[in-house]
Amino acid sequence: MRVGLFVTCLVDLMRPSIGFAALRLLEAGGAEVCVPASQTCCGQPAYNSGDRADTIALARKVVEEFEGCDYLVAPSGSCSGMIRTHYAELFADDPAWSARVAALAAKTHELTDFLVNVLKLDRVPGRYQGTVTYHDACAGLREMGVKAQPRALLAKVAGLQLTEMADAEVCCGFGGTFAVKFGEISSRIADNKCQHIVTSGAGAVVLGDLGCMLNIEGRLRRRGDATRVLHVAEVLAGELP
Amino acid sequence: MQVASMHFRERAHDKLHDAQLQANLRMFKDKFVPLRRDSLAELDDFEATREAARAIRQRALDDLDVWLEIFDENARARGATVLYAQTPAEVNALVLEIARRHDVRKIIKSKSMVSEESGLDHAIEAAGLTVVETDLGEYILQINDYEPPSHIVGPALHKSRDEVAEIFHVRHGTAKKTGIDELVGEGREVLRDHYLRADMGISGGNFLVAETGSVVLVTNEGNATLATTLPQVHVAISGIEKIVPTLEDVATLMRLLPRSATGQSISNYVDILTGIKGPGEFHGAEHMYFIVVDSGRSAVLGSEVSAALRCIRCGACMNHCPVYQNIGGHAYGWVYPGPIGSILTPMYVGLENALDLPQASTMCNQCGVVCPVKIPLPDLQRKLREQEFERHLRPWYERMALKGWGWLARHPALYAFASGVGVRMLRALSGRNGMIRRLPFAGGWTDERDMPAPAGRTFRELYKARAAR
Repeated sequence: MRVGLFVTCLVDLMRPSIGFAALRLLEAGGAEVCVPASQTCCGQPAYNSGDRADTIALARKVVEEFEGCDYLVAPSGSCSGMIRTHYAELFADDPAWSARVAALAAKTHELTDFLVNVLKLDRVPGRYQGTVTYHDACAGLREMGVKAQPRALLAKVAGLQLTEMADAEVCCGFGGTFAVKFGEISSRIADNKCQHIVTSGAGAVVLGDLGCMLNIEGRLRRRGDATRVLHVAEVLAGELP
Repeated sequence: MQVASMHFRERAHDKLHDAQLQANLRMFKDKFVPLRRDSLAELDDFEATREAARAIRQRALDDLDVWLEIFDENARARGATVLYAQTPAEVNALVLEIARRHDVRKIIKSKSMVSEESGLDHAIEAAGLTVVETDLGEYILQINDYEPPSHIVGPALHKSRDEVAEIFHVRHGTAKKTGIDELVGEGREVLRDHYLRADMGISGGNFLVAETGSVVLVTNEGNATLATTLPQVHVAISGIEKIVPTLEDVATLMRLLPRSATGQSISNYVDILTGIKGPGEFHGAEHMYFIVVDSGRSAVLGSEVSAALRCIRCGACMNHCPVYQNIGGHAYGWVYPGPIGSILTPMYVGLENALDLPQASTMCNQCGVVCPVKIPLPDLQRKLREQEFERHLRPWYERMALKGWGWLARHPALYAFASGVGVRMLRALSGRNGMIRRLPFAGGWTDERDMPAPAGRTFRELYKARAAR
């Protein structure tokens, strides 16, 4: 089974350790992982900013890079959601590309979903001493149906306790360029999220999307709070930063 | 209503720093989100009901002209007069013409958001007539110098009990009350007199039923029942999109509307008003008029955001929106706030007058999953963002940044080089704790937040180095 790892641009730029953690987990599940060297971005920033032409160009590039793999897996609900639920609409008038996009969409997974439902991973390498809470990032939850999968996997991490926070499914306020365009509103929504995290009493918040991580960690630190912010792949692989 | 949507950012700033409003908004969210969830759990199959509701609304829109004709025919057959308004100004003109025809001096109104679009109350008063809002929320706002509504279901939900008590005390000249029951009692007493003296009642219309020519009104206070049956003349004002084919369809939609709006299995009152008072009948107006309003709706119908017209005005999208929950409805600057407003406002008042609204969303899609008629709100917001981009309505620097990023991302070798330089530069900006306190060109991020610094080397660099070993 050849699994194409879509690293995502944010992981590539900001926190490469998540990419290596994903790699380790996929290999632990017995997958042969390929990492196309030319990959960059799924096009979502352009898509959500209304720049359709650039989105289409980047979508074609992703299809060309990954259609040879048996699966495309990303450590992000947002980027995998872009490919699986939004690419099709971009090529509605283009039958040849439509078919290729649909084929890729059908084999695109968010990382934890892939580990649970395809690789059926029964053990994870990670160990963690302490209590964590899980934030359900929007696209993972509402586009990719990621809810039970990360929790099932976290339950396999030796020493880890999961405690649920209030409003775990409510947006953290990131929203891509929204966080910069409407920084004040975005920060307030992030602050509500931080309050729930702190109230949960967990020593770390775990989640599956780097955009939300940057937002939540940035707001926690500005509040003077040291709660750790970890990607689910880092915790599962035992590769904490 | 005057459009202030171009000032969204400034207005949102004020609302974020209004402590009373923030407390009221929190209370509102904590109450209505669970109420809706629990009441929908009563349904055997929410998703199937929701799909049926979507299909009903879409069927009406697909052949809207036909259903309107059927409605027109059936309403006339029952003695009502059906009038059409192309613009908000025409709505006001028609109401005043009807008032003149029947020698009307005093008008009572139950809630109508369409009439907010045209500023009907102001037009009535300018013509020298009296108008009294009878929905308690609308009444509170009216006597508070016509403060605009902040929500389509609970127009005054931005007000606390104490604020309402103060308004009643000052405007009615009565002793200040504290209990909600007392306040409601005072409102009822004041309004009762108006009902009895009014010559004409104006209502909105939750649904217009094609097969019977009826208007359906969904309320909790009973004010619509009184306002539409006590005066001689009833005028129902509703948008062209509010048509549904059959009463059976209304029954399906009513399983979702009160639950989605207020978490009630059924609202306290549901009026189905059909035709004028017949011989020997006790209830009903002697003269019934429909004003069926376009005001930009037919343009939406032919557009790529036409799904927005399925809206049944439950307000669930705004109740669940993280942006609305934190800034309230006034920041949006027109009649319809929240996610549905971010589509309808630009479409009705012009995209160039509401540039921020389609952008003011995290695209979290909480609105999309609670919408009882499955309007894909974030997808529609994105469609408007595309229009803004295509029409060059976005700032030049945003366009340049996007185009630059898009170009770079298509050239992997250059991208690898530039991103390698970029992450090192950003790394150099960070303090000892690995946080960047101030981002150049992205102050919006760092005004109230740090930016975690990049690790310093990109994944592709590290992966390549690892493969070489």
